[in-house]
Amino acid sequence: MTGVEAAITRAHRTEWARVVATVARRFGDLDVAEETAGDAFAIAAERWPIDGVPASPGAWLTTTANRKAIDRLRREARRQEKHREALMLTDEGAPVGAIEDDRLRLVFTCCHPALAMEASVALTLRMIGGLTVAEIAHAFLVQEAAMGQRITRAKAKIKVARIPYRVPTEEDLPARVTGVLAVLYLIFNEGYLASGPGRQVVRGDLISEAIRLVRLVRDLMPSDGEVAGLLALMLLTDARRTARLSADGELVALDEQDRGAWDHELIAEGHALVRARLTSGQAPGRYQILAAITAVHTDASDFQDTDWSQIAALYDQLIRLDASPIVRLNRAIAVAELDGPEVALAEIDPLPLSDYHAFHATRAHLLRRLGRDEASRAAYDRAISLARNPAEAVHLIRRRGELDGT
Amino acid sequence: MAQYLISVLADDTELASAEEDAAIDVFNEKLQSEGHWVFAGGLGHPTTATVIDARGRESMVTDGPYVETKEFVAGFWIIEAPDLDVALRLATTGSKACNRRVEVRPVLEG
Repeated sequence: MTGVEAAITRAHRTEWARVVATVARRFGDLDVAEETAGDAFAIAAERWPIDGVPASPGAWLTTTANRKAIDRLRREARRQEKHREALMLTDEGAPVGAIEDDRLRLVFTCCHPALAMEASVALTLRMIGGLTVAEIAHAFLVQEAAMGQRITRAKAKIKVARIPYRVPTEEDLPARVTGVLAVLYLIFNEGYLASGPGRQVVRGDLISEAIRLVRLVRDLMPSDGEVAGLLALMLLTDARRTARLSADGELVALDEQDRGAWDHELIAEGHALVRARLTSGQAPGRYQILAAITAVHTDASDFQDTDWSQIAALYDQLIRLDASPIVRLNRAIAVAELDGPEVALAEIDPLPLSDYHAFHATRAHLLRRLGRDEASRAAYDRAISLARNPAEAVHLIRRRGELDGT
Repeated sequence: MAQYLISVLADDTELASAEEDAAIDVFNEKLQSEGHWVFAGGLGHPTTATVIDARGRESMVTDGPYVETKEFVAGFWIIEAPDLDVALRLATTGSKACNRRVEVRPVLEG
């Protein structure tokens, strides 16, 4: 890659969201913003090799996109004979101070609760992440045309229903931040444990994109505890990415992972974030508690050394916020280490999770520890039939094979 | 300012209770005093509907709703709001007041 190509790639990474956000605020139209941001990068690819990389690529790209937007609106206005308004459009550039806010506005618009989750995911990856429609379609195993439709429909709803382009009011902010984080966490999880057959087991591109987006949101809302919590959770989870998959494509459970293969730089960053939240004195939300749980796991030099009472206590705290069966299931895994598999099994059995593979996998492990091989085998069978990730199925099949007799 | 239609969704034939009626009155007053009010009304049951199709040479009159569904629109508000966030906040209050689900749709502009 030449120096100029590298500069364009870098600018795309760091400036795309800024360009889209600035144009979107100025012209109040995501379509115009998306198209003219694309134009600006295409022009950069033509001009920069000849003219050299500008001193401030972001400002150059924003100015170019703004000009393109004005051209486009004038053209449309001529067609619609709305001359007067179009002539009032001037190329004065955007005020510089508001730029950070623009990106945050864009995040809140793309993750608005009136949009379906899958629409928000696609829109966020396109408008803020700068991924192409083809890339997003590929990541979610959807036809490119269908993904394009999904994004077009979302943009049309934003426009027609007047989903506002602004940072929510103080009163709405916590719920709206939760919505943004749910979208980013879904992108991360899709990367971390891809669902559906024929997929790569781990999609590093989605994981990196999710982390990059959370870092951006954190830059924009540095004092929000849940944003910091989600970043920590992602870093501490991603730190185990390599150790989580064996050479022959089997998912490696936490108790069998080579902890030396964990990414200790990510762990250090994640732990620092969790510590900073603990000293903040504010009541932690869901992501901060999940991050703290992951921090306890990544703090132990091996599985037996894990501070299980701390983990169970954190799950108790989480249950007070979210008493869902899945949280109870995860708590029971800590209980198994503290009070034994029998107690844990008694807590798990009544949970209404009979369609969830992890429920059966957990039961299978506990039943195996209790020497109830036949019941364990049946639970493995059920877990394998429900597992949506091939590496997970391979892991469960091996564990089932370790049971005595056949 | 944009206009939004807030439809009240119902799946039973029960009319609003006295309590719901009182809450709806309070909500209507709020809409009026805050400048969001355009129009509102309750609708007769779908069995009282008549469908007219005058696209052909002769207009056709049919008894009953154009589509049979379990859920139907029992009433509506048309409100004025600067954006969807404001409309959704009002619709939340409206849903509480009439004690039913509501749907918010933008009225297309000129």
